[in-house]
Amino acid sequence: MLAHLILKDGTCFNGFAPLGRGGGGEVVFTTAMAGYQEILTDPSFAGQMVVMTFPEQGVYGVHADLDEAAKPWAAGLICRRLTLQPDHARSLGDLAGWLKRHRIPVIAEVDTRALTHHLRDFGAQPGLVWTEADGSLAAGKAAAAQLPDMSGQALAALVSCRDRYEIPLPGAKFRVAVLDGGIKASILKQLTAAGYHLEVFPWDAPASELTAKRFHGLFLSNGPGDPGALPGMRKEVEAAIGRLPIFGICLGHQLLGQAFGGSTFKLKFGHRGANQPVLDLATRRVQITAQNHGFAVDEASLPPEVEVTHRHLSDNTVEGLAHRTLPIFSLQHHPEASPGPHDARGAFARFGRMMEAFHA
Amino acid sequence: MPRNPEITSVLVLGAGPIQIGQACEFDYSGTQALKALREEGVRTILLNSNPASIMTDPERADATYLEPLTLAVLEKVIERERPAALLPTVGGQTALNLAMEAHRAGILERHGVRLIGAQPEAIARGEDREQFKALMDELGLDTCRGGFAHSMEEARELVRQTGFPAILRPSFTLGGSGGGIAYNVEEFEAIAQKGLDLSPIRQVLVEESILGWKEFELEVVRDLDDNVEIICGIENLDPMGIHTGDSITVAPILTLTDPEYQRMREAAKAVIRGVGVETGGSNIQFALDPETGRIIVIEMNPRVSRSSALASKATGFPIAWVATKLALGYRLWELPNVITGRTKAAFEPVLDYVVVKVPRFTFEKFPETEPVLGIQMKSVGETMAIGRGFQEALQKALRSLEEGHQGLAGGLEGKLDLSRLKEHLLTPGPQRVFWIYQALKAGHTVDELHRLTRITPWFLQEMEEIVVLEGRLRGFPLHRLPGELLEKAKRAGFTDAQIAAFCGAKEGEVAGRLKTFGLARAVKRIDTCSGEFQAETPYLYQTWEQFSEAPPTDRPKALVLGSGPNRIGQGVEFDCCCVQAVEAIRAKGVEAILLNCNPETVSTDFDISDRLYFEPLAFEDVKAVVDREAAGGKLLGVFTQFGGQTPLKLAGRLQAAGVPLLGTDHKAIMDAEDRKLFGGVLEKLAIPAAPWGTAVSAPQALEVASRLGYPVMVRPSFVLGGRAMAIVFDDAGLERYMREASLVSEDRPVLIDRYLENAQELDVDLVCDGERAVVAGVMAHIEEAGVHSGDSYAVFPPLGVEEGILEQVKAMSRALAFELGVRGLLNLQWALKDGVPYCLEANPRASRTVPFISKATGVNWAGVAARIGLGESLAAQGVEDGKPLAVAVKGVVFPFAKFPGVDPVLGPEMRSTGEVMGLGATFGEAYAKALQAAGMTLPLSGTVFLSVNDLDKPMLPELVKRLASLGFGLCATEGTAKALEAAGYRVRRIHKVNEGRPHAVDLLKNGEIQWVINTPKGKNAFSDEDSIRRQALRLKIPCVTNMSAALAACEAVETLRGEVAVRKLQEL
Repeated sequence: MLAHLILKDGTCFNGFAPLGRGGGGEVVFTTAMAGYQEILTDPSFAGQMVVMTFPEQGVYGVHADLDEAAKPWAAGLICRRLTLQPDHARSLGDLAGWLKRHRIPVIAEVDTRALTHHLRDFGAQPGLVWTEADGSLAAGKAAAAQLPDMSGQALAALVSCRDRYEIPLPGAKFRVAVLDGGIKASILKQLTAAGYHLEVFPWDAPASELTAKRFHGLFLSNGPGDPGALPGMRKEVEAAIGRLPIFGICLGHQLLGQAFGGSTFKLKFGHRGANQPVLDLATRRVQITAQNHGFAVDEASLPPEVEVTHRHLSDNTVEGLAHRTLPIFSLQHHPEASPGPHDARGAFARFGRMMEAFHA
Repeated sequence: MPRNPEITSVLVLGAGPIQIGQACEFDYSGTQALKALREEGVRTILLNSNPASIMTDPERADATYLEPLTLAVLEKVIERERPAALLPTVGGQTALNLAMEAHRAGILERHGVRLIGAQPEAIARGEDREQFKALMDELGLDTCRGGFAHSMEEARELVRQTGFPAILRPSFTLGGSGGGIAYNVEEFEAIAQKGLDLSPIRQVLVEESILGWKEFELEVVRDLDDNVEIICGIENLDPMGIHTGDSITVAPILTLTDPEYQRMREAAKAVIRGVGVETGGSNIQFALDPETGRIIVIEMNPRVSRSSALASKATGFPIAWVATKLALGYRLWELPNVITGRTKAAFEPVLDYVVVKVPRFTFEKFPETEPVLGIQMKSVGETMAIGRGFQEALQKALRSLEEGHQGLAGGLEGKLDLSRLKEHLLTPGPQRVFWIYQALKAGHTVDELHRLTRITPWFLQEMEEIVVLEGRLRGFPLHRLPGELLEKAKRAGFTDAQIAAFCGAKEGEVAGRLKTFGLARAVKRIDTCSGEFQAETPYLYQTWEQFSEAPPTDRPKALVLGSGPNRIGQGVEFDCCCVQAVEAIRAKGVEAILLNCNPETVSTDFDISDRLYFEPLAFEDVKAVVDREAAGGKLLGVFTQFGGQTPLKLAGRLQAAGVPLLGTDHKAIMDAEDRKLFGGVLEKLAIPAAPWGTAVSAPQALEVASRLGYPVMVRPSFVLGGRAMAIVFDDAGLERYMREASLVSEDRPVLIDRYLENAQELDVDLVCDGERAVVAGVMAHIEEAGVHSGDSYAVFPPLGVEEGILEQVKAMSRALAFELGVRGLLNLQWALKDGVPYCLEANPRASRTVPFISKATGVNWAGVAARIGLGESLAAQGVEDGKPLAVAVKGVVFPFAKFPGVDPVLGPEMRSTGEVMGLGATFGEAYAKALQAAGMTLPLSGTVFLSVNDLDKPMLPELVKRLASLGFGLCATEGTAKALEAAGYRVRRIHKVNEGRPHAVDLLKNGEIQWVINTPKGKNAFSDEDSIRRQALRLKIPCVTNMSAALAACEAVETLRGEVAVRKLQEL
């Protein structure tokens, strides 16, 4: 069915909605060339319609082992070409069918490059997939203009687990509390692979539980939305500081930044992709990282006891923090990758060394 | 860390002549390397024997040595120039091997020259398959089962482990030559033996077959801090079993999940670290079993390669430039991403388009060889195309081949014998993709085709979608074709001509239908970052989208059309001319726009022109660019004279469509190209020409021949590089030719010329502005007329040609330029017979010899021609006839070793792939260097085997006198021996191959013959010559097949016995 993608600012892109379904969300782009299934199931994309800048999507179908959550969290897929007949020895089915099953709108045949330029120049913003069946273009534009902005949106409650659960690892040396703000499955996998017994807590768990005596460390997960809209989580993280080693990724990193007294701000169009260069300031070595964030920690707002350890090579934004005296560090990028390069995976072992030293 | 201040001067090694497996991609990488070095204030010294390269333009380096790439020459250059470092990684396998040789000989150490880019140990680990395999085991990376054999016994032992089919690859050979797949014991014995012989270290890898697995390549860059990044992943559409150079390839990798890709990426990091390539680019190949997901490492190249050139063009990331900066000590994060200008080189490029590369083959030149693809590379060039999807890119790339296909659909339609479908799907040949298309059309399923071809089903499905689209298009007359379907077709890469053919309309009518629906081409930019950052670099392609970027400027501008894929007859020389023209245009303050589709070239480097369109050189694509740029304002016109025959073929349609041509116009082109019109021009000017006629049938041909008298030269109309050209001696031969000539029709008659026997050929390049005509140079061929000019050695100045005749040739050449109305370059071929110059042909364009003559005279002739096109007269430019800076000899290299069974004899059909230049104070010196540079090592002593035809017997005494005075022993078969004995020489008589033993081939094999001089006795004579020449080729014993060359070679031997000096271009 012919369709349009209408941005909140009124800009329209032609397209085709193979499922005939419309829908809205914040329109963001990612430049990762592979990994559509991981991206669409990543809870950090909750509420967002993802523009895949690489034009061929769905080539290898959907797979049992590529989900980052039990269901796709993204609000929509925007792409140029959508393969209807996937091809891979281990594929379970095609991407369009999978999206249909999960009622996720998709619009294809879009000039995604022009759209990306627009988002780059005018900023990520809400948008609407508006099909012929939804009404006139004017009506679509009016609807798009009413869409809420991402700033100020607290989405952790939506994507977090409801109850505490355990991922046991017999013989594990460390037991780690995990605060779930919308955690990706591959982060849990990496933490387990690093040898940690995990207890995962919902987003609103109090610091007292997260820092219980049985834990050797606390892990703060990634998650969607505006970190500034989660004052409760920030407060609990603040309370946990100094009581045990802490490692945060993405949203977890931003919450730590705030808990240290710093602030976060919205990037114009964010960093989303699998090719983001990060310089480790200690080793002067570059890691090519996977990233997915629309907000960043404001370096100037950080207190002197917090050190910037990593920087993004394209815009110098903060990619890693460490406390100068306490065993706390965090990364803005995603060391678990999925999708993306594994250059930064050493971070999970670094957490282990930190716990080792603290509990020695 | 900024760059290492100790590296104040760098010697760069080029790749030498174009060969199969080593083409102009190394001109691209070398040119980038020189630029990167000079930007840092490093003194640059270049050693490369290939004059048809941009890198050897004297202004590209501080000292340019157009000298043979030999150890002796290298040492002399090092002694003279005292470079601080040697960069061996941008000149292909040739440069790497020479650097390793120099290292092993202790030359580098002795002169305190350090290798940068890659250390000898790393090169050895990467290149030596045995060491490499051991390293992979150590790293825990999977490789093919098998091992190395140094003898037949070891080989047989290994094949017991691997089973059949087994893959054999000799170590250290170019383009994997000598390798093969053995399906049975007999084949195994043959290939193993040959492999051991060809390998300079007598080593052959015997491995399990992974035929049919998916094949991938990663282009990897590393800096001195061990930062590693993957610039590009390339997926081969053709599975394992076909050399990647002969495969259709796609970037980025399309059919792998992220975990699969990341496993490969991690392995690539481990490999480059393990091998220890310090800095720069490497290429690592992988195979993946689609059933099990097992990934194995195939091999790595510790240098930039053909694939890295492709990766650079596919991504916009200039690998060779970055690799050179890294070799100087920079770290990746210290270097800018030059495409965006605002980010760093430390990142991994991401694409928002699909790139398809298609190889170009020339099997028709080697009819004795089966057109079958395998693990030894056979293609001579490639095209690349960019689209917003695989289908579009594939169709554009196939269109770019210039083999008459509009795309996948319609290509070879009706020309394939469908009863042989299965065989052609099973046994991959150069046209397999068209067989697949026809098979799909005939209703064969993707599953079936996958089983036969092992091509990943997704690619086959995409082709099937094109079939379906074609079917849907055929369901409508054009005026009822729905907009949605039309848009889909354009987005899938269909041309107007294809759509018109399917919908029963004329090509020109499709534009109107597109307009009806408001469908238009869009222009998009290659930016390395999928639009994440703003990029100003105008590296552009066309597609079908809603929005365009990079609007045309309002500056005055000129479009230069490139030369498309390399092929025999049209190669790097034309790219060289295009680049020189573009630079001359830019220097005049005019915006230079370049359009080309060859990823190996310098011209498609994004910073050569002001704007680069990476597009097929097909009318529709070119016209769209012209329209767009003209809409921006002052498009002065289009240059069609620099890219060889390719743009010339478009000139007529462009001019007819109202596009102004800069330089020579279409009428002049027709007057020169059309045999009848040209005949009229010659007649008018009273310029002698060989009598000629045309024929469309055998009886007609016989009649023409009887009028002209035998022998005659025959050829089809409108061909390049002497395609299907032959010398025919009698009626029977002519009848056979007419029977076999496939392209004869009323408007494409066969041209028949009286063949001028024992004539000497002259090549003239000149430029004309309408007021004056200036002769760039006259070159005398060393082989007699009848050998294609592209295959002949030639000398400038034309030594041995009388001054009076030379002046006459020049005067007539000028007259022709004026009469034709040439504005710019004109190339003429003349044959001198009995003191009379006959005009053979005129090409109103840059020729293969323009770069050679530019180097030999120190004048950039393509630049001169470009300025003429922009209205600057020769007088204003102050250009005079070219004067030789030294004696210059053009030498040529042939791909015979890659085409087993081919008789390496020269004729009117051009078969050489590349050229070299020898410069000297005397002819002997220049010729000796040209031979050396072409890889022909003349013996300084030993025995010469002589076998000459009756025609050449009169020249025998002169030749033998010289050979004898040089101290060579002589041996010959009966006929020749008799003639020699009669002249009073001592000759060892030997048997012909079919007359008993020991015969000539036995002696060759026993090393008793060091030089073969064998002039062919014609096609009809049952000959053992064939086997002698082939054997000589195999054993790398020099074999000269005509008398003039043999005489010249005697002079060269004399020179080689003395001390040979090296000179830089800048001191001539």
